[in-house]
Amino acid sequence: MAILIHPQTKILIQGITGEFGARHTRLSLDYGTQVVAGVTPGKGGQFFEHAGHKVPIFNTVAEASRATGASVSAIFVPPPFAADAILECVDADLDLAVAITEGIPIRDMVRVKRVMGGRKTRLVGPNCPGLVSPGPGESSKGGCRIGIAPGYIHKQGHVGVVSRSGTLTYEAVYQLTVKNIGQTTCVGIGGDPVNGTSHLDVIKLFNADPETHGIIMIGEIGGNAEVEAARWIKANCKKPVAGFIAGATAPAGRRMGHAGAVIGGKEDTAAAKIAIFKECGIEVAVTPSDMADALLRAAAAKGVKLS
Amino acid sequence: MNIHEYQAKALFEKFGVPVPKGAPAKSAADFDPALANFAEGTIVVKAQIHAGGRGKGTFTDGFKGGVKLCPSRAAAKETAAKMLGNTLVTAQTGPAGRKVQTIYFTEACAIKKEYYLAILLDRASSRPVIVASTEGGVEIEKVAHETPEKITKVFVDPAYGLADFQVRELIFKLGFTGNEAKNAGKLIRQLYACFWETDASMVEVNPLITTAGGDVLALDAKVSFDDNALFRHPEIVALRDLNEEDPKEIEASKFSLSYIALDGNIACLVNGAGLAMSTMDIIKHFGGTPANFLDVGGGASKEQVVAAFKIILGDPNVKGIVVNIFGGIMDCNVIAQGIVEAVKEVGLKLPLVVRLEGNNVVAGKATLAASGLKLVSGDTMADAAQKIVKRVA
Repeated sequence: MAILIHPQTKILIQGITGEFGARHTRLSLDYGTQVVAGVTPGKGGQFFEHAGHKVPIFNTVAEASRATGASVSAIFVPPPFAADAILECVDADLDLAVAITEGIPIRDMVRVKRVMGGRKTRLVGPNCPGLVSPGPGESSKGGCRIGIAPGYIHKQGHVGVVSRSGTLTYEAVYQLTVKNIGQTTCVGIGGDPVNGTSHLDVIKLFNADPETHGIIMIGEIGGNAEVEAARWIKANCKKPVAGFIAGATAPAGRRMGHAGAVIGGKEDTAAAKIAIFKECGIEVAVTPSDMADALLRAAAAKGVKLS
Repeated sequence: MNIHEYQAKALFEKFGVPVPKGAPAKSAADFDPALANFAEGTIVVKAQIHAGGRGKGTFTDGFKGGVKLCPSRAAAKETAAKMLGNTLVTAQTGPAGRKVQTIYFTEACAIKKEYYLAILLDRASSRPVIVASTEGGVEIEKVAHETPEKITKVFVDPAYGLADFQVRELIFKLGFTGNEAKNAGKLIRQLYACFWETDASMVEVNPLITTAGGDVLALDAKVSFDDNALFRHPEIVALRDLNEEDPKEIEASKFSLSYIALDGNIACLVNGAGLAMSTMDIIKHFGGTPANFLDVGGGASKEQVVAAFKIILGDPNVKGIVVNIFGGIMDCNVIAQGIVEAVKEVGLKLPLVVRLEGNNVVAGKATLAASGLKLVSGDTMADAAQKIVKRVA
């Protein structure tokens, strides 16, 4: 099992005919993901064709979901229109909207998040690599890949990974796979200051998932989301957890690539977060090369088998 | 994106937020026409740079203070001449300081009391928060640390906007009554409109002042904007002052590269913001110092890699380069070809360590090996970091 998405999950792609959306739709189809619909306003009735797949395109999310049973959307819509694309998923009562788009204005996300309160739809992202629940096939094919992560580096197994950064997630996943340790689900929650699903939300899901035996949590400077998650882990999570925080050398007040990666005060530096991780019993990776090993240390200390 | 105080005050005026009368001057020839706006008497001369602590700053020629109270127009003109073109060093500029290219003259106000007022994003609640304090004119971090009870926070519901009861709460907490209360209420509403409608990420007024006549004014103004929203505010983009930015960072932005100059000697070229940050960290971990943050993005092209190399080498402090690419979807061979082309084009003499991993990595490594370039291959991030640190030391 996995969290949030499974190999059977039916997904639709908003922005399927754009270059970026089309490229990653093809990769997801090759991975074996159930991409059942595309949405591009004005292109309803056409088809997205790739390697024998024929994915119907609809004008609206509601229509696409009704006709195909898709319950999850991957959003590849340009920044000025992305907030609207998320709201369309909420209105169609989808289970999950995954916003890959980078560069959505913060004010738009503030409004979107307010509207989503109390609604059925969960948001992952924006500015995120998406999610992968690896499959049982060769190079983890047959899994569910939503977004832009490389599917082939994964392996089906029992570790959950949650991160604000794309490439750093791949780094962690690759370290695990090389050591023959598989993953349940890898979730990129995105690098923006206002996002849908938090570290803590994902940690709670991993904690409740019987197939997930260990967790890697990757964070960075800025905000207090990692601290919130660490405190909850200390009180509630019995599973081994390894953590890494990027940005120990980042200067205060500068935005380090991600809109949310900026040191605002004494509390959101890498050093402060690492200190709290340790205090909460999280095994801290000394360097980014040490993430899988840190989890192995945490698992050994608790007598937990990861593979 | 940041703007100058004089620009922020012009924006405030547009939104009906009262500010003291002021006039900017960009050259000595502008001084007289700018000063003609003021009656003879005390005038404040303010150096315009994107950094705080101006009042306590020192110019590189020894002249003290980037904010000066002058008794007459003639004295103001004389002081302005000393500041313009001079380089001001403050606690926030770093030792190099910033060259003053604009002077702002303002009328002097008889201050009755100073307050603090700011609006920014609260990440935890994903809502705008208004922060106010009766302690103005001092560092708000200090107030928050020493007397947190003197800070009031009001969280604004984005679905409704700033509610009247919230404005009243702020006014009562700040202790305003009568005319002052009426004026402060209006100012808070207008300032919130300014924050919201311009997609600001922060507006800060420190100090907000009251006068004996019951006026409430923004004596200083600091405004920054959400870069993601600039596409819908051409009028704000027009306020950008490239003199305040690192030329290497400007060049990088032309190629969609995210670059931030640091003061170390090992340059990094990485894909992805998180990986780029942690590459800096791992260099430091093994005893080196990073010269920059550089994210070439998820889908870097050969041209971007060449541009990135040129920008990195524009920093004379750089003594070695480490390339760290985790090619998820990105083809490692494309990156390898970019590296080869870049190294040949710039005639690289410095040590170069390359760590490639991911998609099509075998072909990428073969391209590097066949190039005949003198570069060192790193197997993992740790290996690459150790190798470059050793070669630069």
